[in-house]
Amino acid sequence: MTAPKEIVDAVLEGRNQAVARMLTFVERRTDGVDDALAVLHRSAGSAHVLGLTGPPGSGKSTLVSALARHYRSEGRTVGVLAVDPSSVFSGGAILGDRIRMSDHGDDAGVFIRSVATRGALGGLSRACLDAITVLDGAGTDVVILETVGVGQAEVDVISAAQTVAVVSVPGMGDDVQAIKAGLLEVADVHVVNKADRDGASRTVAELREMLRLSRRSAGQWNVPIQQTVAANGDGVADLAAVFGAHLEWMTEHGERERRARRNAATRIRWVAEELVLDELRPGVAAFDHALDEVTAHRTDPLSAARHLVGRR
Amino acid sequence: MDTREEPIRVMLAKIGLDGHDRGVKVVARTLRDAGMEVIYTGLHRSPEQVLDAAVQEDVDVLGVSLLSGAHMPIFTRIFHLIDGMPERPRFAIIAGGVMPDEDVDALTAMGVAAVLGQDTAPDTVVERIRDVSAPAREA
Ligand code: B12
Ligand SMILES: Nc1nc2c(ncn2[C@@H]2O[C@H](COP(=O)(O)OP(=O)(O)O)[C@@H](O)[C@H]2O)c(=O)[nH]1
Ligand SMILES: [Mg+2]
Repeated sequence: MTAPKEIVDAVLEGRNQAVARMLTFVERRTDGVDDALAVLHRSAGSAHVLGLTGPPGSGKSTLVSALARHYRSEGRTVGVLAVDPSSVFSGGAILGDRIRMSDHGDDAGVFIRSVATRGALGGLSRACLDAITVLDGAGTDVVILETVGVGQAEVDVISAAQTVAVVSVPGMGDDVQAIKAGLLEVADVHVVNKADRDGASRTVAELREMLRLSRRSAGQWNVPIQQTVAANGDGVADLAAVFGAHLEWMTEHGERERRARRNAATRIRWVAEELVLDELRPGVAAFDHALDEVTAHRTDPLSAARHLVGRR
Repeated sequence: MDTREEPIRVMLAKIGLDGHDRGVKVVARTLRDAGMEVIYTGLHRSPEQVLDAAVQEDVDVLGVSLLSGAHMPIFTRIFHLIDGMPERPRFAIIAGGVMPDEDVDALTAMGVAAVLGQDTAPDTVVERIRDVSAPAREA
């Protein structure tokens, strides 16, 4: 079996086959992947990471494809992570996002990867964040995440993006309410896709009203509402321009740094938790000893825990 | 660490003008229900697109569904493209759909790991895919 470290250099060079393999290692938490990620992390940090979220059928995959085409026309490389729910019963999944992303078939500058929500050992969110590191470290200019915005793990994933776009469509009715509830806080841009359909301007008005009511103070990014027809590309260049403007705004106002730090905090906590918990399980001598002592009331749980994590 | 078994990843592809997609969708559901991750390409792909996609998705098995009668030229093209790749992909390639018996040997000689025709039972499809994926998963 190929080891992660054998292909790190090829990943850094942006070779698709190596990137593909590394993403599998990340998902499966293959031995040695952490060392590879350590190297890749040092080369990462220059990609613009976009998150696209919204209900199934709103046109996210079509929009991702149209955005990819736009970025390619500017000579930028694109990496896509398309997250699809898995079957609760079998754990299997049918990942269909690629169906709408077919016209990049033989362009090595567009890398598309389908991710099943239950496929990742050690959690979807962490796997996705590490996957971003792989694509970013491979020199990808724009990384696009597609998720249906349900479930905490998926909201976590989308929060890893620098620019988050929430996609809605005309005539969603109650679904606009659903967006209000869960995703309002994370939206940097609202997209009303399928603007070729009746009711687009009403949806825009509803979103505008919703944004007006949300408490946004002065000096904050003014969340724009963009209309697109992903199916034919209308509005996609403008949307990309807005994404660019958002990144620029964040850079100027220190928000980019703030988000990067928030992200770093999350990731450090995740792995720290894992490192600590790995030592705190039956079979580890110190842990078994602590169990004996606490059970026999010779010490208390807090003291034992402090002792175990090396903090007195 | 979680010791769950890693799901087998399979790409199901339709290449060329062949518009018969009922069978491939049935197979997709069968494999999903057997716990596999299935990436479906949709209709009317080129061999180049499908191979590129299979590499990016790092699948264990690439299954091509063909009912159009064009399986010989299409598989010839696929293996020609693979010969031109800098590195041989690790996935196994299988064929499914309507293919006359007399072509099976030729397909096998080209490198097709399994030919699963019309009356293959779902359990057999699952079993054969498990079999052919094993070497790829070692790679
Ligand atoms: C339904 C059907 C259609 C439907 C398709 C609807 C659709 N969206 O799929 C329609 C009416 C559109 C159609 C059109 C045509 N059809 Co038609 N069609 C059939 C028919 C009657 C049944 C196919 C089917 O759906 N079977 C049910 C599914 C569940 O089974 P299946 O597809 O065989 O799939 C199973 C296995 O083969 C296998 N499998 C399939 N793919 C894969 C992939 C992998 C990886 C694996 C492991 C397994 C696997 O598992 C599946 C589940 O068990 C067949 C005849 C037949 N008996 O097969 C002709 C048939 C396939 N059609 C044929 C023809 C000629 C045509 C047309 C060209 C007719 C015309 N002149 O217009 C057009 C072409 C359309 C196009 N663009 O491709 C011929 C093909 C001849 C050939 N291969 O040389 C057939 C064989 C009929 C015949 N005897 O002449 N067709
Ligand atoms: N009318 C119209 N249909 C669209 C548009 N964008 C996407 N679609 C269609 O909407 C359906 C769902 O698209 P998809 O991208 O798969 O949505 P996703 O589930 O959000 O990824 C497909 O049939 C698309 O062709 C659009 O701008 N206008
Ligand atoms: Mg989609």
